[in-house]
Amino acid sequence: MDADAELFKAIGDATRRTILDELTEKDGQTLFEICSRLTMKHGLGSSRQAISQHLAVLEQAGLVRTRRQGRYKFHHLDTSPLRSIVERWPIDREAPNP
Amino acid sequence: MIRVSITSVFVDDQAKALAFYTEKLGFTKKTDQPAGEFRWLTVVSPADPDGVELLLEPDAHPAARPFKEALVADGIPFTQFTVDDVHAEVERLKGLGVEFTQEATDLGPVVTAVLDDTCGNLIQLAALKE
Repeated sequence: MDADAELFKAIGDATRRTILDELTEKDGQTLFEICSRLTMKHGLGSSRQAISQHLAVLEQAGLVRTRRQGRYKFHHLDTSPLRSIVERWPIDREAPNP
Repeated sequence: MIRVSITSVFVDDQAKALAFYTEKLGFTKKTDQPAGEFRWLTVVSPADPDGVELLLEPDAHPAARPFKEALVADGIPFTQFTVDDVHAEVERLKGLGVEFTQEATDLGPVVTAVLDDTCGNLIQLAALKE
């Protein structure tokens, strides 16, 4: 899959977008914290395995990076791949006339 | 009637665990008896000295450490304790050098945080909102 396809696939899923929202609020979370937030704040019933797979898709697209610190693993947000979208379809500074 | 009087946490070193659970977390020692090569070692909350005891259980069984390591890698606390105010407790424990893998986090009906007990476990602190 090319990079575009991976990026759009990654942000094309509501659960993955919610993961990005939560990492925007608090960067650097364990899998457990991400699962807790999705369950408790958003009422999502996804299994830990499913969330782990969502994180793998986000990581493949470059939107999430993992960092090992000692025995723990933290997930960090990286929005830089999204730049390719506005570079490809630039947003005018002024809103278009109606 | 059946009831819970003891629950266990697997620790890699009982003496180190006793120091952490009493000096940092604030439990008090309840029972300390020789038991084979280890000790029957329990602590209780000073708020409930006749309540549930926490047994500091050696993790010498070969299955125990891989189990603990796999949980820790994903940030999963197998054990949790209740506190009155998670934010205040996090600040107090950080002042004592305790390491957290999750800061105090508002999850709606409950506030939680996750700390490293230095004995191979992550521990969740929780406070239900009124």
